[in-house]
Amino acid sequence: MSETLARTPLHALHVELGARIVPFAGWEMPVQYTGIIEEHQAVRKAAGLFDVSHMGEARVRGRDAAAFLDRIMTNDMASLRPGMARYTVMCQPDGGCVDDLIVYRFSETEFLICLNASNAAKDIAWMRSLIGPFKVEVLDECAAWAQLAIQGPLAERILGLATALPLGTIKRFGFAVGEVAGASGCVVSRTGYTGSAGFEIYLPAASAVQVARTLLELGKPHGLVPAGLGARDSLRLEANYPLYGHEISERISPIQAGLGWTVKFAKGEFVGREALRRQAEAGPAASVILFSLDDRRIARQGAQVYAGETPVGEVLSGTHSPTLNKPIGTALVAAGFTGSAELTVDIRGHRLPLRVAVEPFVK
Amino acid sequence: MSNVPADLRYTKDHEWIRVAADGTATIGITDHAQAALGDVTFVDLPKAGKAFAAGDVFGAVESVKAASDLYSPVACEILEANGSLNDTPDLVNREPYGGAWMIKVKVRNPGELAGLLDAAGYAATL
Repeated sequence: MSETLARTPLHALHVELGARIVPFAGWEMPVQYTGIIEEHQAVRKAAGLFDVSHMGEARVRGRDAAAFLDRIMTNDMASLRPGMARYTVMCQPDGGCVDDLIVYRFSETEFLICLNASNAAKDIAWMRSLIGPFKVEVLDECAAWAQLAIQGPLAERILGLATALPLGTIKRFGFAVGEVAGASGCVVSRTGYTGSAGFEIYLPAASAVQVARTLLELGKPHGLVPAGLGARDSLRLEANYPLYGHEISERISPIQAGLGWTVKFAKGEFVGREALRRQAEAGPAASVILFSLDDRRIARQGAQVYAGETPVGEVLSGTHSPTLNKPIGTALVAAGFTGSAELTVDIRGHRLPLRVAVEPFVK
Repeated sequence: MSNVPADLRYTKDHEWIRVAADGTATIGITDHAQAALGDVTFVDLPKAGKAFAAGDVFGAVESVKAASDLYSPVACEILEANGSLNDTPDLVNREPYGGAWMIKVKVRNPGELAGLLDAAGYAATL
């Protein structure tokens, strides 16, 4: 494919910082600066700054905005208070996932939605196709926003050096709007995709370089490092956060993915409700499990999972966990085998026992 | 720029081979290869006594990002695999041409060595 890759407003800064740039979801993104393991550990012990400007944004506004979102999302939107955000899935009628998203509520009639980069255009077209009689508009704001994530135990202290916003009063999944490093109109939320404490910052694209440089400079004495997509992936997998195209997809529903808590059947009709209800009542045909291996070989996406000699599933994501110093991953495993002590995975002809984890490796 | 020592022979698959006077050789991966792989977490190596033809997969190197096969530059028999890579696979990132040698071999057909790239030839592929 000779498609032109998009660049975030921070591209030149990544190059200046020595990043290795790779294609990801149609974007040229930094996969690492100094090394994935080092960046991963900086986030767990101090803080890391991620450019996540490839993520998309859509504004949904109008008299019926909340009712519209409740119709197209699995989670409950009517009860979301202004100043708070909520994780949700958007499903097809058959229960497969269109995307997983975070919805930010600004007022009774105005929401901002964070979309996965690979799905942004599809999501916006999907949402618009479902407007029907709802008094609502869906605005594509992907180009208007840059996004930074500052994550780690020292993230709050470092971000506090660059903003007068009362970070201590922002609850988990809460947000505030204000100035960061001289850039006004930033949305700062206590959210993240690493399993460590921290914030995500939505900022006007034109301010991205100034804000990133300021944070890196202020944070450096505290151990803040720029961190790339490689560390983002190993961090999110330790925390058991799903990645679209791996743990959830058009063929893996939120019920199968273990995201049943985001599906609110009681709220009334929504797209995918009947299919998801059938899965929830009968039990899904396959479910996503989290695992580790007592080995050094990494079980990667597509590796076959066996119960005895019977193929019962495949690996969805796999990486090295710097926290555990062993391989971890997720797999989609047929019903009846997900709790099995007999599961193995085939890595280049080696059959390795797969240890099913009952909770995330970091919390 | 990656380091390409002048005294080694190379494959286009980024292995190097250092031939000793007694007909044995050591084999590893290049500085360019380790940089492309990123943090190495595991090196899967064969046992002594196993034999490989030129171009055969003799093992694999695993980084956080990817697993990559290792190809034998020449027909050879394994004399020894580098056991220190079991405990310190990151040596591959730090000393690709030194402490992180992967296998010591007996070269079957020294004539094959002439078909490998020299340092200038390998550097030209990067």
